[in-house]
Amino acid sequence: MSLLQVRDLKTYFYTDAGVVRAVDGVSYDLKEGETLGLVGESGCGKSVSALSILRLIANPPGKIVGGEIFFEGKDLLKISEKEIRNIRGNHIAMIFQEPMTSLNPVLTIGLQIGEALELHRNMNKKEAREEILRLLRMVGIPDPERRIGDYPHQFSGGMRQRVMIAMALSCNPKLLIADEPTTAVDVTIQAQLLEVVKELTSRLGTAVMLITHNLGVVARHVNRMAVMYAGRIIEQGPAAEVYAHPWHPYTIGLLASVPRLDKPRKERLVPIDGQPPNLILLPPGCSFMPRCSYRMEICSKERPELRPVGDGHFTACWANMER
Amino acid sequence: MANDILIEIKNLSMYFPITKGIIRQQKIAEVKAVDGVNFFIRKGETLGLVGESGCGKTTLGRCLLQLIRPTSGEVYFEGVDLCTMASDHLRSIRQRMQIIFQDPFDSLDPRMTAGEIVAEPLRVHTRIRGRELREKIAELLKIVGLDPSMTERYPHQFSGGQRQRLGIARALAIRPSFIVCDEPISALDVSIQAQIINLLEDLQGEFDLTYLFIAHDLSVVRHISHRVAVMYLGKIVEVANRDALYRVAKHPYTIALLSAVPIPDPIVEASRERIILRGEIPSPIALPPGCNFHPRCPIGVEICQKEIPSLREIEEGHWVACHLA
Amino acid sequence: MGEMNEKSEKRERGPVWDVFRRLSKRITAMMGLVIVVVFLLSALFAPLLAPHDPYEHSLADKLATPSWDYPLGRDELGRCILSRIIYGARISLLIGLIVISIGIFVGVPIGVVSAYFGGKVDFIVQRFVDTMLAFPGILLALLLIAMLGVGLHNVMIAVGISTIPIYARLARSSVLAIKSRQFVEAARSIGSSHLRIILQHLIPNSLSPIIVQSTLHMATAILWAAGLGFLGLGVSPPTAEWGAMLNGGRLYIRVAYHVATFPGLMIFVTVLGFNLLGDGLRDALDPRLKT
Repeated sequence: MSLLQVRDLKTYFYTDAGVVRAVDGVSYDLKEGETLGLVGESGCGKSVSALSILRLIANPPGKIVGGEIFFEGKDLLKISEKEIRNIRGNHIAMIFQEPMTSLNPVLTIGLQIGEALELHRNMNKKEAREEILRLLRMVGIPDPERRIGDYPHQFSGGMRQRVMIAMALSCNPKLLIADEPTTAVDVTIQAQLLEVVKELTSRLGTAVMLITHNLGVVARHVNRMAVMYAGRIIEQGPAAEVYAHPWHPYTIGLLASVPRLDKPRKERLVPIDGQPPNLILLPPGCSFMPRCSYRMEICSKERPELRPVGDGHFTACWANMER
Repeated sequence: MANDILIEIKNLSMYFPITKGIIRQQKIAEVKAVDGVNFFIRKGETLGLVGESGCGKTTLGRCLLQLIRPTSGEVYFEGVDLCTMASDHLRSIRQRMQIIFQDPFDSLDPRMTAGEIVAEPLRVHTRIRGRELREKIAELLKIVGLDPSMTERYPHQFSGGQRQRLGIARALAIRPSFIVCDEPISALDVSIQAQIINLLEDLQGEFDLTYLFIAHDLSVVRHISHRVAVMYLGKIVEVANRDALYRVAKHPYTIALLSAVPIPDPIVEASRERIILRGEIPSPIALPPGCNFHPRCPIGVEICQKEIPSLREIEEGHWVACHLA
Repeated sequence: MGEMNEKSEKRERGPVWDVFRRLSKRITAMMGLVIVVVFLLSALFAPLLAPHDPYEHSLADKLATPSWDYPLGRDELGRCILSRIIYGARISLLIGLIVISIGIFVGVPIGVVSAYFGGKVDFIVQRFVDTMLAFPGILLALLLIAMLGVGLHNVMIAVGISTIPIYARLARSSVLAIKSRQFVEAARSIGSSHLRIILQHLIPNSLSPIIVQSTLHMATAILWAAGLGFLGLGVSPPTAEWGAMLNGGRLYIRVAYHVATFPGLMIFVTVLGFNLLGDGLRDALDPRLKT
């Protein structure tokens, strides 16, 4: 059975300018211990869909207007506020792009990790301290006995993100949601962090949802991936399959537009034309249609639903690509 | 040196003092953001400048344009040293050198229309006004791929990519010969980045521009640059022609950087060996003795902890600052 | 894409309209706006709106209660209270405008220059501003009145001067935030002069908090003027001014409630109106709400 099943999730934001359909009918599954990559550009709804799982959408202006989210068989959208609080951090943990905003600047990191332990795992002070030291060592923070009493600002960006990972994993969650965890750090640090996450979660059997705009990050670290555009999943499948045989013109375009170090240098990049979609004024039919070079008549009229195009590989596109 | 050189910087340093007290300021430390940098840029070429955040690449770009006056060193633009030039004089030089900023949201005045933004350099440096100015604005917008009917719009009515095009139009307005591109695509969506890269390349050909292209993305830098300089903690550690650098990087830092770049292909990634560097970038306030990179270097030896390596030319056009290269 | 752009073009009509659109969504702000507009109209068109001459007195009808002809009754000298209130709006508006103008035209340049150039200039200017801020406003006003003499003009100058440090502070803090933004650096890289950067970029972008503050100050200025008028330090007697009217009616509050009540109510409502509008503008001009 799947650990997490998201069915037809819809999260809208009601703004002065109109209704922003940030997530508009998204469905996906995540098995235990699996790593799913959720890829897309800013504003495609990837973060909102993840925040919706923990019901962390600020209301107003946001609202989850439809769908179901089953976690270990329970619909997270139906349970009480108290129950969801118990799920947060304890069963589903989250790490964010900017660790500084999710750490309290006036508390030592020891206290902050300890809080979760005392809250969810009923440890006493001494046990908690031992556990904190173990966690800090685990995520590779040197000299944890000394650093346990340090404040967040005394850590570098990469080290803060390690603290966040330690905090997230402190309660042995079943699922770790990592929202652009390496976007704010440099490439060399990014490589370190992703290795830490990969190593620890595979050891602890934690399922991971890795949200990113970086196609390279996904390639190395996920089993399956879903590509989002304008609030919907437009392609999903096993990572190797999607990279080798991308089907949706958007995925094809994204992969073709980034220069690659392992390939000979191209004289010219092939960009995707046009501008990112305006979520308030989406065209009828396929949202990608205005930028698509394969568009047909039907694309402007009817919205394509996900359909199978290979083993576990789905796409929401009317076109029949030549393989 | 050959006269096809547009810009040459010699021993350029920028130290930011950390002070205490307000009236009688006492210097308690220095941040060596740029520390004795030498390089040159030829006419019509793109020099890529890569490095991680805090390595001083942005400060170096600002010093080059004299937006920050460097602590010491020389910046020759067409043979004239800008560092000793008076501010008034510099203002007219600014017509020849421009900058494109990283953040297309922050670099455009939100209270000015697209037309006013693009017109500003023309108002400052030329006497073009009225109808001629409007025609010029329309032409500039067209050059960067924007519809001239957008002249009256405000920045927040544009998307990120369009805003960056506006920033480029502004830089281009007074026909500079040199442009510092300070991470011009890192704030943009992936699907838009290639558009802007192609535009920059087209403009270079059309207007005979010379670029200093500052970035942290090594794959983009390889695509756009003719030569590449790698910076670490205020110093240039390696400079070479693009192909030489990406084929046979000599400095261990460059090699590690290249190996850390993720490649969007699971099959390639699975067989790839990564060099994961130990530790983090040291604080530029308390630099390690010897080579700046030695605390993280996978191949460091004893001499690295004592002596600062100088930038040596080990092959024609390939300079490296490493004792072991 | 073309189609989408056209649509969004229709929706956007420049920043002023944008602010109004956001303002119109807040009931309290709209109430404030209505009060302020009524106040401005009555000040501007007082001769057309007032049913009687505000200075025409009739001792026989003194303290007459509200009637059909004199809707708000007559004061201690038998003058029409409604007409006097309408004319009083002119004085209040004038006081407000002059006070704010002094504050803005002196305070804002001080703040902008101090923030833009920074360093020692900033340090010296700010200590001066601190000193002024530490000085109790009412004391400063009384001191100036003592020096310059009683009278409406002196009241305005006194209150105006006491607002200078507030505007200087405000302008300084918003310029400090704007100064570090890239578009200012862009202007420098273009070769713009200091004056151009200040006039073209810094001042227009720091206006929002100043507009909000001046709306709120309008309320304060009206209160101050009324307060000084009440103490007999403001306008000279026959002039219709709300504070002075309040003072005049004060003695008769037990026998003729309306003489003091209506001017008092007017002060209350107008001040409330400006405060509501100011709060609404603060929200509507907040750049974080921009989509």
